[in-house]
Amino acid sequence: MLTLTSDIRTPYHGLRAGVKLAALCGATVGLFWLQSVAAMAGGVAAVTALYLVPGPRFLRDGLRQLKPLWVFVALVIAWHAVMLDAMAGVTIALRLVAAVALANLVTMTTRFDDLIDVVMWLLTPLRRLGLNTVPLGFAIVLVVRFIPVLMDKASKLFDAWRARSARRVGWQVALPITLGAIDDAEHVAEALRARGGLIASQEA
Amino acid sequence: MERQITLIALFAALIAVLGLVPKFTLASGIPITAQGMGIMLCGTVLGARRGALAVLLFLGLVALGLPLLAGGRGGLGVFAGPTVGFLIGFPIAAFVAGLITERLRKAPVFPAALLAAVLGGIVVLYIPGILGMMVMLNLTLKQAAISMLPFIPGDVIKAGLAAALTASLYKARPASVLSRA
Repeated sequence: MLTLTSDIRTPYHGLRAGVKLAALCGATVGLFWLQSVAAMAGGVAAVTALYLVPGPRFLRDGLRQLKPLWVFVALVIAWHAVMLDAMAGVTIALRLVAAVALANLVTMTTRFDDLIDVVMWLLTPLRRLGLNTVPLGFAIVLVVRFIPVLMDKASKLFDAWRARSARRVGWQVALPITLGAIDDAEHVAEALRARGGLIASQEA
Repeated sequence: MERQITLIALFAALIAVLGLVPKFTLASGIPITAQGMGIMLCGTVLGARRGALAVLLFLGLVALGLPLLAGGRGGLGVFAGPTVGFLIGFPIAAFVAGLITERLRKAPVFPAALLAAVLGGIVVLYIPGILGMMVMLNLTLKQAAISMLPFIPGDVIKAGLAAALTASLYKARPASVLSRA
């Protein structure tokens, strides 16, 4: 299934996911702590440089990911310009771009599986406390598997609609989609129980 | 146990799939997607705790890099963006919607689910959403609140649809509507 991980190999792919996430946290806190326009411009420049290391095509991919942000950038600068504090608006806009682009960079260069490993590692203290984290891993797998299944069913319903009506597909398809999801869930649960249940070691 | 986990997982998947239902544009020009309706449905169908868990699972997968938010957005970047308040508000909204539906178990389904979807999916959701915009965009409360006004008609429609869907589901699969089971 589609992920946001870039297919362009970058030096960042080799770094450990946990290291990247820790660096991202640190950098984001720094961005929100610093206040000056110069510091934010420096931040954006640094992030741009990080994107340029793998090449211009990677930078273009990164810019495409930022598309939903431009509305807010325009909004915040316009608002602060009206309030006669355009500099503050520019600072906030730059910080926003730098923070989101940096987070996207981690997403684009880290495999989904590696991030799941980090999540499981972060949950270690909970396991020590006796909490069972197996159901979480199982639920993640279920969702990842069922999104394409549900999407396939949804697109079949769209087709069925289009074959019968000249009108555009409307919200009414949400009911059969939801019904299908519920029925699938019940079937999967039944199948799991028939195979001895999710976790044998679970006391409940 | 198995049934609870599969229902939570399937509703998390459902939120993602509803984000793909073709969006329609209101007279005001604001596009609305069915994703917010998925959040409401998690609460009104699964109940408070399970609904919130389904939403958290969905958000976790978004954070891990799956492009599941409406418009194909996802990744860690959305949690550093101006709409992060709404993401934080999603599980709270589902929880409150679920809580209200559970409390109104004796009332007819549609009005109970409608009240739950409006209070949880709109009122409760907008609070962290507006706070988030105030922090991320340095707006005043008034500015942030005004910028939300164009979305209210769409969200009211979504709440109505979520309530109608909950009522239909309750008719078709009463045992699966856990908020009233």
